[in-house]
Amino acid sequence: MSKDWPLFEVFIRSRAGLEHKHVGSVHAADARMAIEHARDVYTRRQEGVSIWVVRSSDIMASDPAEADALFEPARDKVYRHPTFYTIPDEVKNL
Amino acid sequence: MSVAKTTPGVTDASGAVGSGVTAPGARPCDDTLLRYLLRLGDTSLVLGQRLGEWIGHSPALEEDLGLANLSLDLVGQARLLLTYAAEVEGKGRDEDALAFLRDAPQFMNLTLAEQPNGDFAQTIVRQFLLDAWQLEMYEALSSSSDTRLAAIAAKALKESRYHYRFSSGWLIRLGDGTEESHRRAQNALNGLWRFTDELFSADEVDEQMASAAIGPSLGELQPRWSARINEVLREATLERPVSARYPWHGKRGVHTEHLGHMLTEMQHLQRTYPGAQW
Repeated sequence: MSKDWPLFEVFIRSRAGLEHKHVGSVHAADARMAIEHARDVYTRRQEGVSIWVVRSSDIMASDPAEADALFEPARDKVYRHPTFYTIPDEVKNL
Repeated sequence: MSVAKTTPGVTDASGAVGSGVTAPGARPCDDTLLRYLLRLGDTSLVLGQRLGEWIGHSPALEEDLGLANLSLDLVGQARLLLTYAAEVEGKGRDEDALAFLRDAPQFMNLTLAEQPNGDFAQTIVRQFLLDAWQLEMYEALSSSSDTRLAAIAAKALKESRYHYRFSSGWLIRLGDGTEESHRRAQNALNGLWRFTDELFSADEVDEQMASAAIGPSLGELQPRWSARINEVLREATLERPVSARYPWHGKRGVHTEHLGHMLTEMQHLQRTYPGAQW
């Protein structure tokens, strides 16, 4: 039966103020059922306060074959890392 | 529920619970409250056990977990209610002794709860009808004059809201789904409907609890339950069966044959190895 159900990707916000994070996927007949399945599968131990689901087929992904073109050029741009600055002690969350 | 911290010999061999015998010195009100708590607790326990039977057999892994979650909620409610019942009874029994060492005639659950799982549609219909009932009951009980019962109900109410969302969603999906799923849902509804009369037929226990403001008036809950059912059935394109007054008395300890079979399995371990723990 689950073979007939489309796949949904599940994103969980673990606490208010944090972002939703991808945690896995569930099969479900529709979005409402996907939320219920995500709740039952991924939040049984109080892992979350909010759930997003999205049809896996609606996700556009980068092509691994293009990885060189997309990501290689960033390799030699180390100056983009903010490691050349001294961070004041008072700044905690950088 | 951890298994039995029961002390051998403490079990009430006379089966006084629910047999109408009031323990010497007990106020009549305690006996009535005891029966009332057993009705609520046993309904949750029996329904929870039934759902547990699906584990490993559900139509999908996600449903397996979903039904197990509902089952655990219900067993948790049963534990709170039966713990309270055991204290009211005051015979040294605990919730495990009540769950595992009573026979079918001493169980006070609604007859609907003990009906077999059947196919998935039958499980969903049984769940939906009882979820709607528990939702109304717990909402009313959360303002009970009995503060302990009110606290248990307030906790259970949150669980029931999810259960109702789950089962009503499935019923709509099945009823308004394929020809096959519609047929199965309607069959299940037709088969189980005769057990719904018991949900709201008040007897002296319900009436005494209502007049003490411990429990709700079942007569007042009935139309609210009925409206919920109608709304979902309409959306599910299912036909509400004709009402039939049928004398089921699960809450008085008179059960269909199914409960005995279910208890045989549920109680097997404690009956075979009394006091076993893990």
